[in-house]
Amino acid sequence: MSAEEVSAKDMSAENMRAEDVGTGAVGTAGASAERTGLPPAKAADPADYRPSPRRLAREAFRRRRARRSALIATASTLLTAVALVALVVGSPGWPAVRRSFFSAEYARQALPEVLKGLRINLELMAVCGVLILVLGLLLAVLRTLRGPVFLPVRLLATVYVDFFLGLPMIICLLVMITGVPALRLTGVTTDPLWLGGAALVLTYAAYVSEVFRAGIESVHPSQLAAARSLGLSHTQAMRFVVLPQAVRRVVPPLLNNLVSLQKDTGLVSIGGVIDAVYAAKIINGRSFNSTPYLVAALVFVALTVPLTRFTGWLTARADRRRYEGGLS
Amino acid sequence: MTATGRTAGAEPVLRLEAVRKTFGDGRVVLADVHLSVPEHSVTALIGASGSGKSTLLRCVNLLERIDDGAVFLDGAEITDPRVDEDAVRRRIGVVFQSYNLFPHLTVLENVTLAPRRVHGVPRAEAEARALELLERLGLADRAGAYPDRLSGGQQQRVAIVRALATGPRLLLLDEITAALDPELVGEVLSVVRDLKERGMTMLLATHEMGFAREVADQVCFLDGGAVLEQGPPERVFGAPTEERTRRFLSRVIASGRLAG
Ligand SMILES: Nc1ncnc2c1ncn2[C@@H]1O[C@H](COP(=O)(O)OP(=O)(O)OP(=O)(O)O)[C@@H](O)[C@H]1O
Ligand SMILES: [Mg+2]
Repeated sequence: MSAEEVSAKDMSAENMRAEDVGTGAVGTAGASAERTGLPPAKAADPADYRPSPRRLAREAFRRRRARRSALIATASTLLTAVALVALVVGSPGWPAVRRSFFSAEYARQALPEVLKGLRINLELMAVCGVLILVLGLLLAVLRTLRGPVFLPVRLLATVYVDFFLGLPMIICLLVMITGVPALRLTGVTTDPLWLGGAALVLTYAAYVSEVFRAGIESVHPSQLAAARSLGLSHTQAMRFVVLPQAVRRVVPPLLNNLVSLQKDTGLVSIGGVIDAVYAAKIINGRSFNSTPYLVAALVFVALTVPLTRFTGWLTARADRRRYEGGLS
Repeated sequence: MTATGRTAGAEPVLRLEAVRKTFGDGRVVLADVHLSVPEHSVTALIGASGSGKSTLLRCVNLLERIDDGAVFLDGAEITDPRVDEDAVRRRIGVVFQSYNLFPHLTVLENVTLAPRRVHGVPRAEAEARALELLERLGLADRAGAYPDRLSGGQQQRVAIVRALATGPRLLLLDEITAALDPELVGEVLSVVRDLKERGMTMLLATHEMGFAREVADQVCFLDGGAVLEQGPPERVFGAPTEERTRRFLSRVIASGRLAG
């Protein structure tokens, strides 16, 4: 680059800045940065720009390197897959395992039953998911309340969360499903589906409230100070400033909880609810063949994979945004 | 702004009387601060880093609780524990050094939040008023943008608009240019000049001595937890009576901050 070119570039950068300040609008440079994700162009490209041999050589090298990486990745994946299959298929017990886990006949039989049971799992997840979010958020907010009046509320919420965080899910389910009917309360259901769902809500609300609480605490105190300095009350500041930011930040971990809830809905089968897992178990009990379990497992995996991928995508997007937004 | 019929100069908008503030670790930050900010005037707080300028502003806004003394807003004590703090804060605008805009709200939403939620102004009216203010500060075309898409100078101007949108009696500005590139400082300072012309009462902490000299009616040098020197800028900068003020100013001049 010649000395003339350099000074020409500097000059136009200078002009642009002066204009921006004059009109109070940095719109042009900012807008192009938004489109390309690059820092704002300091000077216009000369119309006769031609890539230098250096740039062409660099780009050619990058292309070669990318091709080579792709080749290596494919080869290594194939090799690993072949080795794994060989290991399993070559094992002495493989013929027996194949009969009991990979029977096409039983898979055909099990699939419609498992899918019918899956309805229960999906309904449980939808209904419980909503209740868990509401209860979890409520618990988290109750724990942020200040002032002596709210001490008992704060205390209760804290004890609740501590208790249910520590309580094993399976015990909670057993207590609800067997204990509540034993009380013979009038007007209280003894349906294991409802009671199992309630157990899921009770336990998961504690997990989720911790997620929300972490989100609330991650919002910098200066945000609360700014809101209070505008005259917003503590409640208004929480509602309009802190919570919206907190909730946005915890969407990925919440989705992780949802994935785990989706699997845990299978636990209600211990109360005799015929969900996907229990449907598989019934066929297994009739036939002594385990293929139905594999079918149920694959169905659950097929459901969670998209959800996990979606979570990953959301997280990546949030990270990218934070990066683009600078350090603020 | 004198709708109450108060005559300027009678009762200062803000008065600090023997204000003392210590932090938990026993450090005395403000020992005995006396200060008056008359209506339609600009008071600049200067002093070394750590001298307590920000602390003083936070005490005025009741974000910190003072240990002793009293703060009066329009003659009424606001440090009385029976006073409704939210009601006091509604009458005071604050602009922080680090903007503290709400990142999940657009510029327009940032500005209209307090008028709508605190003062109950209908949305259309709040937005019209906000747009008018944004226009005045050259930000009208950024009304729909989120704060992280703005330059530092633009963010700081939005923060000023946000503080102004509720029509405060008093505006507190804490080193509002400290986080800005030199080329952006000018655009923010010209906003303060404009506000002064419109009669806004302001108390500002600053390291920009040239600016303090130009815009302030009164300069207060904070040192050792007290206002060591106070007076019109010509006197404080031109003929400081205290040795410590002289030393502070010569250090500042050495670092090139008192160009004007
Ligand atoms: N929350 C706090 N707890 C303990 N000490 C504090 C706290 N806030 C401020 N301080 C101390 O009080 C003193 C004054 O701080 P302050 O922020 O008011 O200074 P300042 O004059 O604004 O300085 P600067 O010019 O660097 O902004 C400092 O020594 C600081 O360490
Ligand atoms: Mg400060």
